[in-house]
Amino acid sequence: MKISIERGTLLKAVAQAQSVVERRNTIPILANVLIEAEGEHVSFRATDLDIEVVDRTLAQVERAGATTVSAVTLHEIVRKLPDGALVQLTEEAASGRLTVEAGRSNFSLATLPKEDFPVMASSEYTANFSAPAPALRRLFDKSKFAISTEETRYYLNGVYLHVAQGADGKVLRAVATDGHRLARIDTDLPPGAEEMPGVIVPRKTVGELRKLLEDDEAEIVVSVSETKVRFATPEITLTSKVIDGTFPDYTRVIPAGNTRRLEVDAGEFAQAVDRVATVSSERSRAVKLALDEDRLVLSVNAPDSGAAEEELAVAYSDERLEIGFNAKYLLEIASQVDRENAVFLFNSAGDPTLMREGNDESAVYVVMPMRV
Amino acid sequence: MDCDAFYASVEKRDNPELRDRPVIIGGGKRGVVSTACYIARIKGVRSAMPMFKALQLCPEAVVVRPRMAAYVEASRAIRAMMDELTPDVEPLSLDEAFMDLTGTEALHGAPPAAMLARLVKRMEDELGLTGSIGLSHNKFLAKVASDLDKPRGFSVIGKAETAAFLHDKPVSLIWGVGQASQAALEKAGIRTFADLLRWEKEDLTRRFGASGTRLWHLARGEDRRRVSARAPVKSLSNETTFFEDTADPDVLDGHIWRLAEKVAARAKAKDIAGRVVTLKLKRANFALLSRRVSLREPTQSADTLYRTARRLFDQVGDKGPYRLIGVGLSQLEDDAQADLSGDLLDPGAAARRRAEAATDAIRARFGADAIIKGRALR
Repeated sequence: MKISIERGTLLKAVAQAQSVVERRNTIPILANVLIEAEGEHVSFRATDLDIEVVDRTLAQVERAGATTVSAVTLHEIVRKLPDGALVQLTEEAASGRLTVEAGRSNFSLATLPKEDFPVMASSEYTANFSAPAPALRRLFDKSKFAISTEETRYYLNGVYLHVAQGADGKVLRAVATDGHRLARIDTDLPPGAEEMPGVIVPRKTVGELRKLLEDDEAEIVVSVSETKVRFATPEITLTSKVIDGTFPDYTRVIPAGNTRRLEVDAGEFAQAVDRVATVSSERSRAVKLALDEDRLVLSVNAPDSGAAEEELAVAYSDERLEIGFNAKYLLEIASQVDRENAVFLFNSAGDPTLMREGNDESAVYVVMPMRV
Repeated sequence: MDCDAFYASVEKRDNPELRDRPVIIGGGKRGVVSTACYIARIKGVRSAMPMFKALQLCPEAVVVRPRMAAYVEASRAIRAMMDELTPDVEPLSLDEAFMDLTGTEALHGAPPAAMLARLVKRMEDELGLTGSIGLSHNKFLAKVASDLDKPRGFSVIGKAETAAFLHDKPVSLIWGVGQASQAALEKAGIRTFADLLRWEKEDLTRRFGASGTRLWHLARGEDRRRVSARAPVKSLSNETTFFEDTADPDVLDGHIWRLAEKVAARAKAKDIAGRVVTLKLKRANFALLSRRVSLREPTQSADTLYRTARRLFDQVGDKGPYRLIGVGLSQLEDDAQADLSGDLLDPGAAARRRAEAATDAIRARFGADAIIKGRALR
């Protein structure tokens, strides 16, 4: 194999590969990226056995072939090469090494046989559809903060992507929850997605996927089966196993009868929460919300370190209410709001509270209060 | 100071009819012996033995259900007497405590041996309970001494006679050296303290790790642990060794619940809570399985402990049989932040939490067995 490729293109492909490989690995080949050159294209493939990413890009192929080298080492080298450099990758059949040349720099890397590289088995997908990158980006960006890290409830360690009944017909919906907060984000159902089975997309896949969704103009081809999900742009294909488990019935969790309505400027609110939470060093310290006629008083009382209070002008016309929340959860939810106003719907100090952006039902958050 | 057949002695004191009869504390159909009085022990009844077995050995025994409230009260009275001797009292359980009497002679005008003799006399006169005293120059030897002459014992192991005393004794004398450690030591040719003395410190450490170093010191009668009333607690755990190995998930579930309740009760009594729950299982072949998980917020709730430990148990993926099960709570802190938030996915949690608070209130007033869950009877 012998190829020439522009440094920037190579860096992008190798960066994606090295982020998929696991840092601590007991199987040496899994630390490597499989480089395959044929015709006018070269592809870079990396896997952790649960996720596989393939970046296919144009290159000058002088001699076709394939080999594997350490993804992390190759990434480090390419990263340190000067911008705009032309990089030459040559497989030395005699020594079994891959040389990397750019300008006056020359590297020789150990390789492992391409035959040992585990290529993820292709499978039949139940549904194939394409969706605009910004729509998918919104689904995952707004829900991923609520993904659980609890290993005993492994089925919460991802985003539940499925077709659901929205207010105006069917929607493509992403739900994530860790039992303390929940995010439910909807987008228009793309044509062809009706038959897709609901899948739990693992946390790591959500992170890797994010890099495919940067381009506002891109259309992403999504393929879904009971066991796998695939996201593809013309260059990058990300295939992932999905979490084998049943996502809990979240619809029971979303309160429908909360009537006490608070409307507040989302930015002001988030800043105020952040400020009052400063006095507590504890990671789970509660912020108390005291609501009265058009008045919200946020307070934190940390006996060891101090107390803080801040008043906000809000729209609220229901009975007096005092309710406590974990400061971190409240901040995370408030910072999801893109528009000006956040609407909170409360029931009692012990019941889950609902938050949404204005009257937009396509992004709904639920948070469990804390006793204060 | 170690009380003699403590629970049974309290029962005999409170019900003189039992005085000359064999008494076993314990209960339930699946129950095990918690304590047996000395009369029952003559017939071979031992702690942790299943009740049916105990009754085969001693059919005339009177079985009494434990009355924890009475034992706690007696224990507090004894503790108050010990507190008069020294501020350094370290209780090991309701009926056993270390006391550091260093330097108290000037205060009391009598040597520690005399003060301890007065203590057990007072316990007999005022409380109708007997105890055994072990007096020595460190905790390890004091504990050993307290077992030498039971019941109503009084043993002293002085510095000068320590080496001679230990020489022929088996290493099983050491608290914490159970069947498994004994077998490992036996493999190395170590059965007695004399055997231990032949080993270099480095060799023991290399072979047995940190406990090897400890053994080297104990072999020489050395133990530097302080008696401390305020030793910071790092973890709380309770475990049960079964009389017969079991793989029955229902039986194990009952044990998980009872252990969770015990750990929770201790945490609540100390006003502490923990973030890490541990499940410990010992298989019939002594292989130890341990699973732990961090919680989002600290807990002291029996319900949370039980559910977490049960989830860990379900994920062990080993069918058993087991000889021991344990539940522990660690990463402890004060309970100000404990159990404050609910779980969206478990709407019943709030109701169960209220039920637990109500149960605790009832128990505080009417005793530990005034109200129990059906699950506890498994």
